[in-house]
Amino acid sequence: MPEKILGDTMLRAHVSALPVPEFAETAWTPPPPLSEARVAVVTTAALHPEGGEALTPWATSYGVLDASQRNLVLGHWSQNFDRSAFTIDPNVVYPLDRLDELAADGTIGSVAPRHFTFAGNQPDDVSAVRLDGGPACAAELKADGVDVVLLTPV
Amino acid sequence: MEAAGLSTVAISVIRAMPERMRPPRALHCEFPIGRPLGKPGDAAFQHDVLRRAFALLERESGPVLEDHPETIVADEQPISCPMPARFDPDLPPAVDEARGIRGAYDRSRARRGVTNVGRAMDADTVPEALAALKQIADGADWKSVRLPGKNTVAVTLDIRSYYEEAALELADGPAPGPRAAEAWFFEKTEAGALVLAARAEIKRQGAQEGIWLYMAPVQR
Repeated sequence: MPEKILGDTMLRAHVSALPVPEFAETAWTPPPPLSEARVAVVTTAALHPEGGEALTPWATSYGVLDASQRNLVLGHWSQNFDRSAFTIDPNVVYPLDRLDELAADGTIGSVAPRHFTFAGNQPDDVSAVRLDGGPACAAELKADGVDVVLLTPV
Repeated sequence: MEAAGLSTVAISVIRAMPERMRPPRALHCEFPIGRPLGKPGDAAFQHDVLRRAFALLERESGPVLEDHPETIVADEQPISCPMPARFDPDLPPAVDEARGIRGAYDRSRARRGVTNVGRAMDADTVPEALAALKQIADGADWKSVRLPGKNTVAVTLDIRSYYEEAALELADGPAPGPRAAEAWFFEKTEAGALVLAARAEIKRQGAQEGIWLYMAPVQR
């Protein structure tokens, strides 16, 4: 029997060969001490509340998630990742319970009031997110006093 | 975001991405794709990932790319999941099966307070969608079969969500491992076999790749 080719192996090989934007320089913002930092999550899982507005495949805008919303739908339009993990425990993608614990014990300064989500399906150059949706989202994070952004992909 | 004055730290699941794009700070986690914090239901492990990610904020210059020391492989071993017996032998097997697990789906939804079914249809429509896929698998012109939402990908994502949410109630033992629910759906259920058969038939009928390919994970 031929050896089973695993989905993650196929996907990693495929994605690793895709063209991506490459940058000569890396932007750098020094953070405040973690114990004083306000932390937000930005995830590509395309999360949304049940019945709420979902991101379409290839959407280059973003969704806004109030920190109090927990029963979220995994809107990402892909079958090529382990979808059940988020259903079992959303924190494995969107770790707000963990951040609340870190804020409670003083490891981080605070949890942001709003978090943000993008569509995981994007064109190879991600130019619309880089030039439009990304900066707009950054402005909202800045307006909320966010210092540190944790980026989680699915 | 970094250029706008925010300090970012990315969890990476495909190492070539931070290697080539050079974001300011990335913790590569060779974990199953879909599990960036590694282990659902394991708060201690998730805290370990966050501690290592946030530690990168102490660096004075970058880009920084570090690896989490643990590797977790999605081995796609199907969950063990007892299924209700056939009830109505006159129905297509997948339709009968979907009706049989409705109670488990409802319990799962009530327990979590949310469902991922709803992209193209609600749970009541799942048997009807499977009946439509059966017509396609049997050779009907896929364009003329009435598929809820008229979107093959949305329909199959909803069917998968319905089954996998039910499986969380039906499965024996601990929470499913990585891609274990997927493997169960496509390898052990009538509905999974039907999705793959309908997908093959839509391909055979000459539809564009985007119509059929994403009805299932690429390796299937």
